[in-house]
Amino acid sequence: MTLWIILTINSIALGGLLFLLSAGFSLIFGLMRIPNLTHGALFMLGAYFGVTFLRLEFNFWVAALLSALVLGVIGGLIERLLLRRLAGQELAQVLVTLGLAFIIADLCLLIWTGDPIPLATPESLRGVLRAGDVVFPKYRLAVVAIGVIVAAVMWFMLERTRLGALIRAGVDDPEIARVMGIRVSRLFTAVFSFGAALAGFAGVLSGPILSVYPGLDAEMLPLALIIVILGGAGSLPGALLGSFLIGFIYNFGQAMFPEIAYVILFLPMVIVLVVRPQGLFGRQSL
Amino acid sequence: MLIGLTALATLPLWLDSNYYINIASQILIWAIFALALNVLVGWAGLVSLGHAGLFGVASYAAAWLVVAGWGHLPAAFCALAITLGAAAVFGLLALRTAGIGFIMITLAIGQILWGIAYRWIDLTNGDNGIILPARPLPFGIDLGVPGVFYLFTLVAFLLTLAAMRGFDRSPFGASLRGTRDQPRRMTALGYHVWLIRFLAILYSGLVSGIAGLLFVYYHQFVSPHVLGLASSAEVLLMVIAGGTGTLLGPLVGAALVVIMKTVASAYIERWNLVLGVIFVAIVIFMPDGLVPGSVRLWQRFRLVFRSKPSSAPRPGVDT
Repeated sequence: MTLWIILTINSIALGGLLFLLSAGFSLIFGLMRIPNLTHGALFMLGAYFGVTFLRLEFNFWVAALLSALVLGVIGGLIERLLLRRLAGQELAQVLVTLGLAFIIADLCLLIWTGDPIPLATPESLRGVLRAGDVVFPKYRLAVVAIGVIVAAVMWFMLERTRLGALIRAGVDDPEIARVMGIRVSRLFTAVFSFGAALAGFAGVLSGPILSVYPGLDAEMLPLALIIVILGGAGSLPGALLGSFLIGFIYNFGQAMFPEIAYVILFLPMVIVLVVRPQGLFGRQSL
Repeated sequence: MLIGLTALATLPLWLDSNYYINIASQILIWAIFALALNVLVGWAGLVSLGHAGLFGVASYAAAWLVVAGWGHLPAAFCALAITLGAAAVFGLLALRTAGIGFIMITLAIGQILWGIAYRWIDLTNGDNGIILPARPLPFGIDLGVPGVFYLFTLVAFLLTLAAMRGFDRSPFGASLRGTRDQPRRMTALGYHVWLIRFLAILYSGLVSGIAGLLFVYYHQFVSPHVLGLASSAEVLLMVIAGGTGTLLGPLVGAALVVIMKTVASAYIERWNLVLGVIFVAIVIFMPDGLVPGSVRLWQRFRLVFRSKPSSAPRPGVDT
C-alpha cells in the first residue's frame, strides 16, 4: 500500500517537472511552428548552471531563477541569430536545433565532466509532511505546486491579457498582425526566450529528484515530444494532462515492468496518433 | 564513370594498409544507408529522424539469430523480413502526419527502438550489446579478410545504386516525386498518395536493413549506440551534405562524415561538437547540399571579386 502511495506521489512530482519542460516546448512548437530539438539540451544546461550557482553558494531558488534568466538570454540569442533567418523552413530549423543540441550536450560534458551531480534539496523543503500514516516529501509537493501555478499563470497570460492576445494574433496571421502594428518578430523572440527559461528553471528543479548527468537531454527531449503529441501542439491543458499521464506511466512502468517501461511510455502516443492525430486538446493536426 | 568504377574495384590493390580499406568499407556501408534514407528525404520529401532504428533492428535481428544457432543465410533473410515488418509499423504510425509531425514521430519511434535495445536486457543484452561470432562465408569466400569484405560491400553498394537508379526512372519514382511536390494534385489525378509513401518507407526500410546487416558483419558487434539519435542525425547529415535527391550525393556525404569522424576522433574526443557545428554551418551557408552549395559559394565569391554588388537572391531550402 505504501509503495503505491510513494509511486503516486513520485508520479505527480515528475508530472509537475515534465509540465515545466513541455509547456515551453509546446508553445514554441504550437505557436511558432518551430520544432525546437534543443529543448532537452536547454533543460540539461539549466540544471548544470544550477550546479554552478549552487557551488557559488547561492540560495536554491535564486540559483534556479538565475539559471532561468541565463537560459532565457541564450534562447533569445538562438532565436534572434539563427532561427529568425530560417522562418518557415522546417527542415533547416530541425537541423540547426539538432546541431545546437549536440554542441550544448558536448560542451556540458567538457565543462561539468561525465559524473552525475546530485543537487541538494533546499533546506526549507527537506523532510516530509505527515497525514496519518502517509508521508509526503515536501520538496516534491513544492514542485507540483510550482507546476500548477506556472500552468495557471501561463493560461491567464495567453487567454486573458493583451500580451496573450498579441501573441495569438501573431501566430494566427503574422502578416496582418504586422500590418496592424504588432511587432511579431519581437513577440516570437520573447516566446522562445520564455520557453528556454522555463526549460532551464525545470532543469534546476529536477536536480534534487533526478540529479544531473550527461544524456539527461536525450532522455528529456523524447518525453517532451510525447507529451506534446499526446496533448496537442500549443495547448497548455494538453501539456498539463500529458505531463501527469506520462509521469504516472513512467513511475508505475518502472516499478512493475522495468524491462519494457520505456516502451510502455510510448504506447499512449501511439494510441493517440491512431485515434486522434491532432492530440487530445489539439486544434490542428501536427 | 568507368574510371571511377575501376578505381573503386581495385582499391584494395593500391591501398596496402588494412586501416584505409576498412575505412572504405565503412564509407560504403553508410553510403547504402544514406541511399535508403535519401528515398524518403529526397524523393518523398519526408524527413526521418529515426532511421537508425530500422538499421539497428536488422543488425540486432541478424546477430541475435546467429547467436541463437541459425545459419547466416536464413538469419539474414529473417532479419530483413523483421526489418520490413518494423518499417511497416514505422510507416503506419509516421504517415498519420507529414512535415514537422513526421519528423517528430520518427524521432520518437527511433527512441522507442533505442529504449528496447538499451533497457530490454533479456532480449538485447542491454548496454553490453551482442557479439556476432564470425562473418558469414558466402560460397566459401572468407569475408574475414578486409580486402575481400570491401569488395563484398562494394558489390552490395553497386547493386543498391543500380536499384536506386531504376527506382528513380520508374513510374513509382516519378509518382513519389509527385507526392512530394503536389500531394493534392496527385490525389486529384487518382493516385493513392498514402500508399505510395508507405511503399517508399518499406523500400527505404529494406535498404536500411541491408546496410544494417553489412554493419553487423563488419563490426561483428552491435550495441544500443547504433540506434541512437546521434546515428539517425549522422545519416541525415550525410544525405543533406551530399545533396538530397541525387544518386551519388549519399556516397559523397558518407565519405565526408566517415572521414571527418575518423580524423576527428584521432585528434579530439569531441566528435558530437564537430557534428553539431557542421549541421549549423551547412544550414546557414549551404542549405542546398555540399555540391550545389560549393558551386553557389564559388559564384558569389567571383562576383565579389569582380567588385559588382551581388544582389542575387538567396535561394532557400525547399521543405
